[in-house]
Parts: sequence; C-alpha cells; structure tokens
Amino acid sequence: MSNANTILIIDDEVQIRRLLEITLSANGYLISEASTGKEGLILAASGLPVLVLLDLGLPDADGLDILKKFREWYQKPIIILSVRNSEEDIVAALDSGANDYLTKPFRTGELLARIRSAIRQNQDVAETPVLKLGNLTIDLINHTAKKNEELIKLTSTEFSLLALLAKNEGRVLTHQYILKEIWGKSYVEQTQYLRVFVAQLRKKIEEDPAKPKLLLTESGIGYRFGI
Amino acid sequence: MNNFDDNRPNPDELLASLYHDEEKSKLGELKIFFGMCAGVGKTYTMLQTGLSEKRKNKDIIIGYVETHNRSETAELAKGFEIVPRKILDYKNTTVQEMDLDAIIARNPHIVIVDELAHTNAPGSRHTKRYHDVLELLENGINVYTTLNVQHLESRSETVSQITGVVVRETVPDEIFENASEVELVDLTPVELLQRLSEGKVYAPERSKEAIENFFRIGNITALREMALRIVADRVDMQLHDYMQNKRIRGPWKSGLHMLVAINYTSDSAKLLRWAKNLSYSMGATIQALYIETSHDLNNKEQEQLDRNIQLSKQLGIKLRIITNFDVVRAIIDFAHKENITHIVVGKTSTHSLLSLLQLGNFVNRLIRDSGNIDVYILGSENKFRDKFKKTFSFPNFTSSIVQYLIITLFVTFTAFVCYLFKNVLGYQVVSFILLFLVSILALFFSTGPIFLAAAISALIWNYYFIPPYFTLHIGKPIDMLMFIMFFIIVLLNGILTSRVRRQEKKIRIREERTDALYRLARDLSVALGIEEVIKAVVNDIQKYFHLDCSIILKTEENTLEKDAHPDSLINLTENDLSVAGWVFKNSSKAGKFTDTLPSGDLTFYPLLGNSGNMGIIVVRHSKKFTYGEDQLWEAFLSQISGKFEREFLRDSAKKIYLVGESEKLYKTLFNSISHELRIPVTTILGASDTLLTQEYPENTRKKLYSEINIASLRLNRLIENLLNMSRIESGRISPHLDWCDVHDLANSVIESLQQELKLFKISVIIPPNMPFVKIDFGLIEQVLHNLILNATQYSPAKSCIKLKFFYDNGIFSIMVMDRGNGFPESELNSIFKKFYRGKDASTGGTGLGLSIVKGFVEAHKGTVIAENRKNGGALFSIKIPVEISSVNTKNE
Repeated sequence: MSNANTILIIDDEVQIRRLLEITLSANGYLISEASTGKEGLILAASGLPVLVLLDLGLPDADGLDILKKFREWYQKPIIILSVRNSEEDIVAALDSGANDYLTKPFRTGELLARIRSAIRQNQDVAETPVLKLGNLTIDLINHTAKKNEELIKLTSTEFSLLALLAKNEGRVLTHQYILKEIWGKSYVEQTQYLRVFVAQLRKKIEEDPAKPKLLLTESGIGYRFGI
Repeated sequence: MNNFDDNRPNPDELLASLYHDEEKSKLGELKIFFGMCAGVGKTYTMLQTGLSEKRKNKDIIIGYVETHNRSETAELAKGFEIVPRKILDYKNTTVQEMDLDAIIARNPHIVIVDELAHTNAPGSRHTKRYHDVLELLENGINVYTTLNVQHLESRSETVSQITGVVVRETVPDEIFENASEVELVDLTPVELLQRLSEGKVYAPERSKEAIENFFRIGNITALREMALRIVADRVDMQLHDYMQNKRIRGPWKSGLHMLVAINYTSDSAKLLRWAKNLSYSMGATIQALYIETSHDLNNKEQEQLDRNIQLSKQLGIKLRIITNFDVVRAIIDFAHKENITHIVVGKTSTHSLLSLLQLGNFVNRLIRDSGNIDVYILGSENKFRDKFKKTFSFPNFTSSIVQYLIITLFVTFTAFVCYLFKNVLGYQVVSFILLFLVSILALFFSTGPIFLAAAISALIWNYYFIPPYFTLHIGKPIDMLMFIMFFIIVLLNGILTSRVRRQEKKIRIREERTDALYRLARDLSVALGIEEVIKAVVNDIQKYFHLDCSIILKTEENTLEKDAHPDSLINLTENDLSVAGWVFKNSSKAGKFTDTLPSGDLTFYPLLGNSGNMGIIVVRHSKKFTYGEDQLWEAFLSQISGKFEREFLRDSAKKIYLVGESEKLYKTLFNSISHELRIPVTTILGASDTLLTQEYPENTRKKLYSEINIASLRLNRLIENLLNMSRIESGRISPHLDWCDVHDLANSVIESLQQELKLFKISVIIPPNMPFVKIDFGLIEQVLHNLILNATQYSPAKSCIKLKFFYDNGIFSIMVMDRGNGFPESELNSIFKKFYRGKDASTGGTGLGLSIVKGFVEAHKGTVIAENRKNGGALFSIKIPVEISSVNTKNE
C-alpha cells in the first residue's frame, strides 16, 4: 500500500521539519515525520512514502547506515540533506544508493525541483528509446543525438556519457559512478578523463559551452543533467 | 648653612637604620663571644649559652668547635649535634674544615662556629671563616662565634705593638659592629695567669718563651682595657641608635658641630670612630672632610682612601671632598663656612718638601690658624719609620739600565761637542746648554735617569769647564754659587718636568678609561635586543680589557640559565656552572683573585641591577686588576647590568603588550560578530513579526519576505565566513586537490552571486587552451566568491568587474578587477588582516573576507596581492603553483 503522495521527513531538528512540512504541504504533498533513523525506518515500512528526505546528521545513528538499511528493501527515491563542506559524506551517500542531495540551508525552489525530478525518475520505469530534453533529441537505439534537430557528431564515449546523464536527468551522478559505468571499475580515480569528456561534450551540446545549462557541475561531487 | 640646630634627628641616619633593621630581619643574627685574649673561656661560655638555648628547645648545632683537648669544653660539646667536618686534601696532607654546605642544607636555627678569624685551608669556598659566617647569616641562620681583641682589624697593630707578637689573622671591624650581640668574656689578669699555670690555656705553636712574653701582667691588663673599652663604646653607640630610633630627644640642642679631617692612611679609621663616639657624648653633629691635593695616590693609598670613605658612610658621617693644594687653608675655610666648633685630625704630617716650604707642619699651622675652633689631635699608630718616609717621599727609581746608559751617552756627547767649541762659547753658556739638554731629556725619561743626567752634567761642567780645568775644585766663589744654583735648577727642572709627565700619563690613562666607558655606554645604547647586547658586551670587553668572557643570563623565573649564551667565548664546565649558580644566589663575586673559591682559573662576577641579578659574567684573568682597572671594570659591569635589566623589562613589556593586543582583537571580534549577527536577525525577526501580526497587502508582504530572505542569506554568509576563518586559524585546511575545469569554477561563482551581479557588467576571460588545474575547487570557489562580492560592494553600479584566468609555466593565475575606489596605498598590505574594514565600509561584513582569501590561497601554497589600477579600482592577483593536465582525449 503505497502512499502516492506522502513524503517522509527524517530530521532531528524540529524547525527543519516544520519548514519542510509547511512548504511541501503547500505544494500538494502529504507529510510524515520522524526524528530518529529508527523511527524513520518504521514509518517508511508501515507507510511506504513516495520519497524520503533523510538528514545525514542524525543523532542516534550514522545517516549512511540508515540509508543502507533503507536500501535493503526501499526502492523509491531518497534525497539526503547535509551541511556544506561535507562533499565526502555526500558522495558516499550517493554511492550507497541515495538519489540526490541538498545542502542546508536550501532554497525552496531547488528542493521542490529535486523532489519532482526524483519522483519522476523513479516512475519512469519503462525506458523510452528516444529522450527529448530541451533542444536535444537522443536516440538510444541508434546512438544518435540531435541538437535543434541537427545531428551532432559524437564519439561513442561521448554518446555513452550523454546517454547516461540524460537517462538520469535531474539526478546527480558522482564522478566515480560515471567513470565506473562508462570506463570501468579501474578508472574510478581518473577524474581528468571525465572532465575532458565533459568539456568536449559541452562544446557540442551547449548553446554557450562556457555557461552550461544542460550539463551541470556539482562541485566536488559529480555532474547532473539539468532540467 | 647647617640646619642641625633643630631637635630633629638626622633623617638620613634614621632611614639608614630603618633599612638596616629591615635587612637585618632577613639575615641571621650574629652573637660574638668576645675576649681580651686566648684562654679567658670564650668557647666554654659559648657552649654553655648554647646548652641553655638547647634546653629551651631551640634547634642549635655545632658547626665547628676547637676544644684544644680541654676536657671541660669537650664535655660541653658532647651535648650537641655536630656537623661532620669537610676533609680537604692539601699538599699531601688532609685538613679538616667546617662544612659550609652541610650546615646550610641542615638549616638550623643557631649554629656554633668557633674562631671567627680563622683562615680556611685552600680548597674551601672562602678564604676566611668570617666569609663563611656571613654566608650562613645571609641564609637566615643565626651564628655564635668567638673573637679576640687582636683579631679586630683596627686594633691588630696596636696589639702587636703591646705584646710584641704579630697578629696574622684579622676580621674587618664592620662584622663586629654589625653583630647583633657581643658578650664580653672577662677575666682578671691574675685569674688568667692562674689558669695558664694550670695548663688550661691553649697557645699553639708558641715556644714557652713567647708564651711568657705574651702573658705578662702589663700586656694582659692593656688588652683587657682595650676589650672593655671596645664593648663599652659599642653599648654607647647602641644607646645612641636606640634613642634616635625612638626619637627620644637627645642632647641635640648643644649647637656643637664637629669636623673630622680624613686622608688616605689607616689612621683615618681610628679618627672617624673616635670622633663619632665623641660627638655622641658631646651631642655634636658630625661631618667628615677629605682634601684632595696634587699628590698622586698609589694603588694602596687609593684602596685605603676608599675604605675610609666606606667607613665614613657606614658610620653615618656625611663626607665632603674638596680639592685644594693647601690642606690647612681648605679645612679652616670649610670649618668657618659650616660653623664648625670642633676639628679632629691625626698627627700624621704631610708629605713632600712642600711642608717645609710652608713654614711649619700641618698640625702646627692648623692650630695656629684655627682661631676659636677646638682642635683634637689624635696620635698616629704608624711607626716613625713610616712617618719619615712620608715626609721625604722620594719618587721611585724603576727605570731600566738602558735608559741610564742612553742618558749618559747624551750628556757626554753634548759635553764633548761643547768642549770642542769651548773657546767660542765660554763656560757659562755651556751651563745653559747642559741645562737645556737635561730639560729636553726630562720630557722623555723618568726621574731616575734625569737625576743621573743632572749629576753627570754638573760634574762634567765642573770638571771640564769651570776653571781651574780638570779639577772638581771651583776657583772663584761666584763660580761656586753658579755651580750650586746650576745643580739645583737642573735637579728641580728634571723633577718637575718628570712630575708633569707623570701627571700627564695619569690624566691620559684616566681619559682612556672615561673614553672606554663612554664607548661602552654608546655601544650598549645602540644595541637592541638581548642578542645584540651580548655581542656588544663581548666585543667591548675584548677591546678594553683584552679578556675573553662568558655570559650566563637569568631566566624569566629569576633563576640562572642552565648554560652560557652561545656568543660566549669561554667554554664552561658543569663545575663552573655550579659556581655561577652560587654567585647568582649570593650576589658576590667568586673565583681567581677573590676571597671565595680562589683556586680556580676563572673569575665570576654577578651582574647586579636594581631589581636583582641579571646574570653572571665569567672572565679568565691573566693577572690581577690594578685599582684603576678594577674601578673601570665595576663601572662596566654596572652599565652592562643596567642594560640587561632594561632589555628584560622591555621584553616583558612587549609580552604584556601582546597580551593586551590579543585581548583587543578578541574584543573586536566579539563586538564585530555580535553586531553582524544582530543585524540580519533583527530584520528577520522584525519582518516576520510584522507579517504575523496583521494582514498586509500583497506587495508589502512580498517586500517583507524579500527582506527576510536577504537577511537570511547574509546570516548564512557570515556563518560560512566564521567557519572558514576558524578552519584557517586552526590550521586544518588541507586542500583536497582535484582536476578542475576553470569554466566550471567561473560559472559556479557567478551563479552563486547572481543576485549581486545583476547591477554590474561581469566579464570572464579564459584562454582557449586553458588546461585543467589541480586545485581544491571548493576553496578557490570561496576565494573568488569573496573577491567578487567585495567588488560588488565597493564599486559603482553598472561598472565592469573582470575575472581573468591564465596559466603559464606551472603557475595558475587569477585576476579579479573592479572599478571601485581601490585602497589607500599605505594599507595595501594590511587589507588581508583580520577585521580590516575599508574607510567607506557601509555595507555589512566582518572584515574577514580577504583574510579568508589569503588563508585559502596560502593553503594552496599560493600568493595573493592587491594593487590599485591605473584608472581607478582594485586588482587582486592570485598565483598558485599547480599541476596541469591538457585537454587531450586519451581514449577513443
């Protein structure tokens, strides 16, 4: 019995929970709240929310552990909340199964956008062969991409990169994840390859490569294909 | 004019005795058991007194007692704890001396130390036992000791004269005078002789004859009288002190004023003491006067004069020094000026032939010219032999044989030349020539050779030039007169010239000394910081004394450093350092040529400043200092100590200042932060309050929401800044280096400042072949964020803000430029300091932004500089050494 519209908030801070409650309710979501990891797991199990907002800085347990526990059975999106300058924690969480992240203090707009994107992602189980994003049309079967209806020349790696990002549109992908997916496990440290390809890709798909609107950098963490 | 006719006690004396009492309370008290000679029972009485103290449960031990195998004394001694004697090896024998350190360590209330005048064996710390006793007193330990009349310095010569036995061991009178208690152990001469016959008297190393000589009724009676008188005088003085302290009106109304004339002989000591005593009984005020004449004092006389001056000070007699050739005249004039009613002088006549020429000797003239003033004349204790020596003080003949030979050569040569021209010159002229020669020679030679020159020239002139020739006989009476006059003139000329030369030499030496001191003072005043001072000191001591020295300074806790300063020239052993420690603690010199530990190679001097010891200086003397050198050395040390004291004070002042500064900084931080925090909080609170209380139209609400939003962002920024600042301060920034695309960097920064940059034209310049650079993205992003934010805050709207990147030869450069007001030239360096705010800092901010920039850039081992641009505005240049990776695809 899934609650199509319930978002579970797990955060020990009362004010944060209140703020989220107000904001999310005003946007049509139902809210359930937990102040500890344990409570959150229980509530999620009984209520099956459509999305979980998990604070990494929980007092009773390590946020990462709770995340992993969740991922033992919970398949829906989890967005983690953290403080700034904890890129390592964020990367670790993303690699452990979190879909996205937000740093406190966060802007409401971002929050709602991420939630929407995460839910949408999750619902799009069926893989559509052709993705249309902004000016781009990506044909996953033929391995072609068009910008403004014009075919763009992409190397196969570049295409793989583009496809990966586009399939996960709106979601942040860590460097390590991308490297692993496209280059393989042994390349997980070679961030410069990634940069190179991202730069090249940008040159081809962006209106202004210097001010990318599609292929966005999440500094210290990874990349996101923007909305 | 004197104001001594009030009833008030002399304030100087009062102060002196108060200070004296204060000093005394920290020191141990000395009780002397005093007797006329050996055998009266001083040691016995001392031990008895000790036992009675012991019964009162006082902690009293024996430091050293000589029982001389007298059974009764030995019995008494058994009742005490005895500190074992120290065994010293000396010249193949072992000697036992008192163990000073053991006693100090034991720290009793009272220690019994027999025979105050004893001389310690070599190897002991001090040469004399009374020094040991002084050290015990300094350490707060009370001492009982014994002393005979003959051991007092001022009386020793008299005793020698009375008994015919030379006194070898003496103790300075000061120790006796400053003792807390003196107990006279008295015996009638008959009783003493009785004891002698019973074998109860100890007389070491003396033959039976000598003993019999010494212990005659006449002698013993004389000694007894001396002892009694001394103790009586002491009582008298104590009474006077007591009366003065209690401000009991004494007989000061007498209006009598006494003057003591002192000189550089040892008689002055007697004069001063006697006069002091007399002045009490008369109720007269007392002053001392020293007349400085042209007579040059040798070292011994200088020392004695100094001692006399010291004594005068000690006795509380004000001393004046006047320079005058005519001593009597000077005394009389002074006496008249000061309304003196009584003059006390000694019988020593003055020196030189001058007194003969002054028609009558000193004393006679004084009596004659003194008018109404009473004159007391005290006999001298010096033997006649000395008096004679002084009356005709011959200059000393110390010149070398060579000088005599050269003189002879000169004179004979000149005479020979004159002889050749005898007929042209005539014999009277020859005398002038010889006279002239001797005068010239007197400029270069000393007195001895000049005498010889005078004698030879006179004889030669007589023999060869005065008719009849070739005889010493002088024909005409007029020639005889001429001869005599010639001789006298040539002699006087020689003497006077050589005296002038001697004088000149003395003045020159004195000048050199003054010069040395002046230069030292100057070198010290230029030196800043302890290091420089030490260099200057070591240098100057080398220069003027030709001595290597070692300096050990004090620590902050006022103890001595464990080691000498590295700039020292002498290596010190462990032993040396412990001696230095002793010197530091006791503030008195030790080592070679001193009274303490004289067997070493080095000499240790304390550097005594106003607030205590500043350290120790160690030198290696090759020979003992002359009196003048010693004076200069003392003056040097005083200067040096003063300088060190000032440096130490300056250091501690600086520390206090720094503490003050950090207090200030803390306060600034605190005030600044609380101010900064309050502003956005006020806005948020105020706006939200307003919104809650009532309904407002849409646009009002929107405005208020906007304000809340802005304030919150500002608060957030402040928190970030503080956190970053504390990360920098705690040194916990280790940049997480990763490959960065510079475009990403620029975009990220501009994105984050979207709102602020709305009013400006921002241009980003990145060269096309810009490689990836390995930096900490987050840190550098923050750096650029702060710089660009500053630019927006201090530039006029619509102006251009430029962000330029480039890479060259291992250095990644970033430039941020604006068209704002720039910075005042003088402050370009200080803008990176914490809490720096520009003059027109109207917008909020704690002044931390730029120091964070610097901190983060430096964490990358980079540099950041600020400059003013030519056409207005500021330019920040950041340079970071980086690894690069070029934009080449590796795969495909």
